Amino acid sequence: MSRLLPRPLRLVLAVAAKDLRLELRSRTALVSALVFAALVLVVFNFARDPTAVSATDLAPSVLWVTLAFASMVALNRAFHAERENAALDGLLLAPVPREGLYLGKLLANLAFVGVVEAVTLPLFVLFFNVDLGPALAGVVAVAVLATVGFVAVGTLFSAMAVRTRFAELMLPVLLLPFMVPPLIGAAQVTARLLAGRPLSELAGWLRLLALYDVVFVTLSTLIFPAVVDE
Amino acid sequence: MTGTGSAVITPEAARAVIRRGLAISAVALLGVAAVYVLALGFTPTEARQGLAQKIFYLHVPAAWGAMLAFSLVGIVSALYLWLHDPRLDLFAESSAEVGLAFSAVMLTTGPIWAKPIWGTWWTWDARLTLTLFLFFLFVGYRALRAAVGDRAERARYSAVVGIMGLLLVPFVHVSVYLFRTLHPQPVVLKPSAPSLPWEMLRTLLVSTAAFTLLYVGFVTTRYGIGLLAETKGGDDAA
Repeated sequence: MSRLLPRPLRLVLAVAAKDLRLELRSRTALVSALVFAALVLVVFNFARDPTAVSATDLAPSVLWVTLAFASMVALNRAFHAERENAALDGLLLAPVPREGLYLGKLLANLAFVGVVEAVTLPLFVLFFNVDLGPALAGVVAVAVLATVGFVAVGTLFSAMAVRTRFAELMLPVLLLPFMVPPLIGAAQVTARLLAGRPLSELAGWLRLLALYDVVFVTLSTLIFPAVVDE
Repeated sequence: MTGTGSAVITPEAARAVIRRGLAISAVALLGVAAVYVLALGFTPTEARQGLAQKIFYLHVPAAWGAMLAFSLVGIVSALYLWLHDPRLDLFAESSAEVGLAFSAVMLTTGPIWAKPIWGTWWTWDARLTLTLFLFFLFVGYRALRAAVGDRAERARYSAVVGIMGLLLVPFVHVSVYLFRTLHPQPVVLKPSAPSLPWEMLRTLLVSTAAFTLLYVGFVTTRYGIGLLAETKGGDDAA
């Protein structure tokens, strides 16, 4: 890796690269998450009455509920590999500060969820016949803002959930309340962008999403050592 | 770090804590009974809402108890991560369970009042949604504790959730508030809050005091039960 980068950043990138390499070599998790997202979209399509509710009215909530569920599947897997053969102990022995470990994991999860979102969005446009058009840049921006927040909390919680009984159930129970503010914000902003509303209407939501990101990325980074240190 | 090293708690000492908790609870329950008498016999009936308004004297103090419990879980969790004292963890566990009971009271008395007054059991009003999330967070906290075997690990994990939950609450509140103000609800019959007449305020204050005492009594009892379980070797040996 480039020698030009400062050492803490290189460590973070090394942790992230390890996770992503693992993901790219097996691909099972990524493919499963993508298929899962596509299936949720299809199920949603059959759960609505097309004569009663227009696709555009429902579109923002469909998109964000789908992305939330797919992210949950992705996050469940984040610390799964570390559980096998006590791999986490090996990671903890590496000369990487705990905070760096967390940020590396966060980065890898963001990349993973980002890919899922990047594939889901076109599928969503296709299935629901939504014209993103000029709203595309805004939707991508709000997706980034919302995703950073709940993936930050999800990365922290998945490190705990993986070591509990009923791990697959524990993560959603703990994480869904934390997903509510970013999801409400993202769905509301998406709806307004699709309706072509002025930017001033969105300012409150965008500020809230940004604040959520700052607070929970910071807090999760600081609190992560308490999760992994005996 | 199990706390059984230096400060050994005898079963007798734990039972004494339970007895103290039960005594406080008994006094508090007498207080709640007095609130019933006071609310039904000596407090004027609200002009527009009639008798339905009486539930206010249970609902608001229960909500207060739930908020108190929740805040203390968050604060004590932060202290636990700092000091690693297992007594703090036991307190947080006790407080969360009592908070769960209080928020259940709050969430059941609310709709009973709302049906005749608002005409609906539930609405996605900011405050209602917030309290529902308090309840969910308590449930998640409880579920997490049940799902971790190792004692020290359970204490750390639940402390993390306790702290995160406390910080989440303002975000839920603001986002639900933004949601509501941008999407106005159908106008509901909601009385504009007039300053409370003295007789009503008095009953409310007495009830809040009784519920606070009830919180103290319940938490003390639960804490004592936790101590007693420890003297019996607990459900696990960390």
